[in-house]
Amino acid sequence: MTWILFILFSVVATGGAVGVVTGRNPVASLLFMVATLASVAGIYVLLEAHFLAAVQVIVYAGAIMVLFLFVIMLLNLGHDYQADVKYGLWFLLAFVVAGLTAGALTMGFSDAEATGFGDVAAGEAIDAAVLEKGAVGAIADPLFTDYVVAFELTGLLLLVAVVAAVALAKPRNRRGTDAG
Amino acid sequence: MNHFSTFWFVVIGAIKVLAVFTVLMVVVAYMTFAERRVSAFIQDRLGPNRVGPQGLLQPIADGIKNILKEETMPATASKFYFLLGPALAITPALVTFAVIPFAAPLPTPWGTVDMIVADVPIGVLYILALSSLGVYGLVLGGWASNNKYAFLGGLRASAQMVSYEVALGLSLVAVLLLSGNVTLTEVVAKQQALEFWFVFPLSLAFIFFMVSAFAETNRLPFDMPEAESELVTGYHTEYSAMKFSMFFIAEYAHVVTASALMATLFFGGWDVPFWTGDDMFYHQGALIRGFDAAGAPIPATPTVLVTLLTLASFCAKTAFFLLLFIWVRWTLPRFRYDQVMHLGWKVLLPAALIYIMLVAGTMLVLDQLGVPFGFRYGLALTGVSGLATLAFLFVADRDRIIGGAHKKRAGRRLPAETSAS
Repeated sequence: MTWILFILFSVVATGGAVGVVTGRNPVASLLFMVATLASVAGIYVLLEAHFLAAVQVIVYAGAIMVLFLFVIMLLNLGHDYQADVKYGLWFLLAFVVAGLTAGALTMGFSDAEATGFGDVAAGEAIDAAVLEKGAVGAIADPLFTDYVVAFELTGLLLLVAVVAAVALAKPRNRRGTDAG
Repeated sequence: MNHFSTFWFVVIGAIKVLAVFTVLMVVVAYMTFAERRVSAFIQDRLGPNRVGPQGLLQPIADGIKNILKEETMPATASKFYFLLGPALAITPALVTFAVIPFAAPLPTPWGTVDMIVADVPIGVLYILALSSLGVYGLVLGGWASNNKYAFLGGLRASAQMVSYEVALGLSLVAVLLLSGNVTLTEVVAKQQALEFWFVFPLSLAFIFFMVSAFAETNRLPFDMPEAESELVTGYHTEYSAMKFSMFFIAEYAHVVTASALMATLFFGGWDVPFWTGDDMFYHQGALIRGFDAAGAPIPATPTVLVTLLTLASFCAKTAFFLLLFIWVRWTLPRFRYDQVMHLGWKVLLPAALIYIMLVAGTMLVLDQLGVPFGFRYGLALTGVSGLATLAFLFVADRDRIIGGAHKKRAGRRLPAETSAS
């Protein structure tokens, strides 16, 4: 049962990812991306990482992709398409990077295969934490106690990015258009 | 809780899915009928009363009509996305109901069956995730129609849903703080333990949630996406027959889910008021009804009667909110678009943030004082929330009812005026 679902989600995720880069229409690419993100969320659920799956859908599929959709539709990018990866040096470079990534992943997996997938003791500790605090509490508890400084710093970084984006975008909005 | 083997789990799951889906579709069909009859009642008309007794067969006639009608396809529409729109709109609206518990566990000869389709560990987050996906159907439908009114409607729908999702999520935070867990079964159990429905200790959160729910379902007074006076009918202008109908099924399914959610989160779910015989929840895998004085769990014995009573209680609460949705639609006028955005971002968002701090602070003080989670705990929170609600209504009321109409605030200009200058 789990196996069938895993294959289904993996196929959709991979197929969607291929669709994102090969699609001619930006809106099609975006929908492929949403399908990929949703399938990855499905795989998270199969791994019993429910919280991660929910956040993946809420933040990426639900919020960020909707924002992308806005941008694509409002800038009217829906009809023109130009290949941004041209044959030549970039094409070669893309192959090299893809090959290196694949190599790194293979090495990582072969290492894991030698030592056995996953740390059983750590897995049991996670199960115990989930049973005690619930799926969200098991993540929230360490996040807001042990790692709170890192968490807040990340938040600050995002805030800086938002302020920077607003500062960069501001002069363009002064021409009497209603920002609301 | 899964006490069953995989086979029985699948069989019981399938039965529950079928039952809930069927009931949901029937309720949706009769919502359209109820809407027309109630609106007629409000406007002193009769409404559809010709098909069957009191017009009760009207939804069936409508369904047959919609299936048999000609499907039009606008010549300039992007065909695939045009077809995808209604499908994407209806799916999230239907599957959200899966995590709502609708009755106390039912005893069967094969074991106790939970009256919920899928008790996922992330409960409320699942609902937020799916409601955030609901935008795609509307915005794609509007965009693919290749019609400026439909496009504007789709854009408005997505802007509005994205905005109010924030307020919706923040109003839920208060509920999650008090229930200490995100699953809806736990939310119901905590309301029984507190001896207070959350609408009292979290009254302001309920107001925020209700307003956001109206906005999320695109119902009046927030039906900007289909504002007839400005946008023909918004994102579904170009749709006809069953595809048009699917947008409406999606909207009503959303309304039903939102009503059930309000009943579950703030009105005790399937809890029967003033009766503790229905209290039962899972504690370390065993179904119990509470703890005795020594702190030992008292096992609960679910009965069919209790299940039926709690189901009736849940249905009654949901039905009330369904009626409220219709009632509001035919009573209040539509907001202006900038007012919708103003309310979402400048009123609900900061107010909800302040309210979360207030609830968290109160809970911290109560925990420090060692007040046990029960009646007194709820009473204290009710007092604090009541004051917060009064303060919020006083500020949000713009001096009209509480402050009196004569006390107009000087220098207050509408956003539309300032932008025009």
